[in-house]
Amino acid sequence: MQGYEVLFQGNNFLRLLGGLWVTVRIALISIVFSIILGIFLGTAMRMKNRAVRAVCRVYLEFVRIMPQLVLLFIAFFGIVKLTGISLDGETASIIVFTIWGTAEMGDLVRSAFSSVPKHQYESAEALGLNKFSVYLYVILPQAVRSLIPNLINLSMRMIQTTAFVSLIGVTEVLKVGKQIIDANRYDAPNAALWVYGTIFLMYFVICFPLSMLSRQLARKIKRS
Amino acid sequence: MKILSVKKIIAVISAAAMALSFAACSDSSETDGGDSSSSAAVYRTVDEIKESGKVEIGVFSDKNPFGYVDNNGEYQGYDVYFAQRIAQDLGVELDLVSVEAANRVEYLTTGKVDIILANFTVTEERAEKVDFALPYMKVALGVVSPEDAVIASVDDLAGKKLIVVKGTTAEQYFTENYPDTELVKYDEYNEAYSALQDGRGDAFSTDNTEVLAWAMQNPGFTVGIESLGNLDTIAPAVTKGNETLLQWINDEITALADEQFFHADYDATLAAVYGDTVDKENLIVEGGIVE
Repeated sequence: MQGYEVLFQGNNFLRLLGGLWVTVRIALISIVFSIILGIFLGTAMRMKNRAVRAVCRVYLEFVRIMPQLVLLFIAFFGIVKLTGISLDGETASIIVFTIWGTAEMGDLVRSAFSSVPKHQYESAEALGLNKFSVYLYVILPQAVRSLIPNLINLSMRMIQTTAFVSLIGVTEVLKVGKQIIDANRYDAPNAALWVYGTIFLMYFVICFPLSMLSRQLARKIKRS
Repeated sequence: MKILSVKKIIAVISAAAMALSFAACSDSSETDGGDSSSSAAVYRTVDEIKESGKVEIGVFSDKNPFGYVDNNGEYQGYDVYFAQRIAQDLGVELDLVSVEAANRVEYLTTGKVDIILANFTVTEERAEKVDFALPYMKVALGVVSPEDAVIASVDDLAGKKLIVVKGTTAEQYFTENYPDTELVKYDEYNEAYSALQDGRGDAFSTDNTEVLAWAMQNPGFTVGIESLGNLDTIAPAVTKGNETLLQWINDEITALADEQFFHADYDATLAAVYGDTVDKENLIVEGGIVE
């Protein structure tokens, strides 16, 4: 059997698409939570209170230093040992990617706020706006402009990192690919190239539009 | 237009932010695992499994022919065939969980599955963490060589070059027991196989399950020695201390010997991969008895 034929055996292609949906679903839910929580973290990181800033800093560094794989194992196996609560693979993945995404997002929000010149804050306050209104109407719109392209980059990194979740039993697109290759390893030994090639294209189809969007937004921001 | 779309995005983000303002700083609470270490028994007894109506068994999903998922998305293989029988005899539904070689022990110590049936080789180190039931398969070394110059016994190796992969039991076995054998060592399996095909060595030795399957796919080569060296056994494993389930599996394996269940399992799953020239008795363990 030729390698490419493997893709159309049984319902292999549909299974790959199903795996891709698992990948996208985990990344999408995680990024939504990360955006929401990241805004709070980013705000907290800009507080004057040193203790709050230190806690945020430790959290950010901890998440950055810990490999995602270790975090996944802690969430999937470690939490059971500590608390007796057994999370399913997908929930554990979403929690880990949210913890990671929140840290990265928080740092992006912090730097986006910092990039807004100080006089913008002062002028807004001079107009009599309260602190909340200053952020909502003056600072946020400017910060978001520099935030969006970075946020899209983060989403793409998240989609790519989801490949790890197969190690805690979640069958995402790459794992489905391995299963297909292995199931046909005696009949079609060269299937690997075709299957991985297809998966590459699938990732590309998802990530390329995001990459284009991010570039376009970056250009628009420069012009405005 | 540009500004409008950005404004929309801000509106959405800020709305979400306000909706969640009560849950502020909730992210830090997610990282601490809690201090109430209620390390009660994590496993389920036979009665509890029967009551729940479902048994969870960890198998490989990409280790053809032991546990794999076929082109229709169905689990197949030697281990899966046995898993299906276990569920049937327990009178419960079967829930197969895809495990990896590296996390098989963890799945049991955390009670995420009831049984592991993933080509699990019995070792002393593993036996400290999980409880192995009676074996249902055995693995030893095999030696594959070209059909026109078959190596049928270790004596045939005198003055010949034997290919091994570094770090495998084959390398260790020949170095310790037959130090006179000239070994040609490679890092990877595919390098070793191409070396054998190119004639850079006269024979290649590694696990018999591996060489038998390879010889079947490569005409012109045959496994002259099908079983050599220390015998490793492959057995189901349960969470340490889960005595009722361990006893149930042992009774099951003993009882299945009457119908030669694992011979039927072999014929259904492994025969197509190893061919009919292979002596089944070198791989199958029936009734948990290893000669």
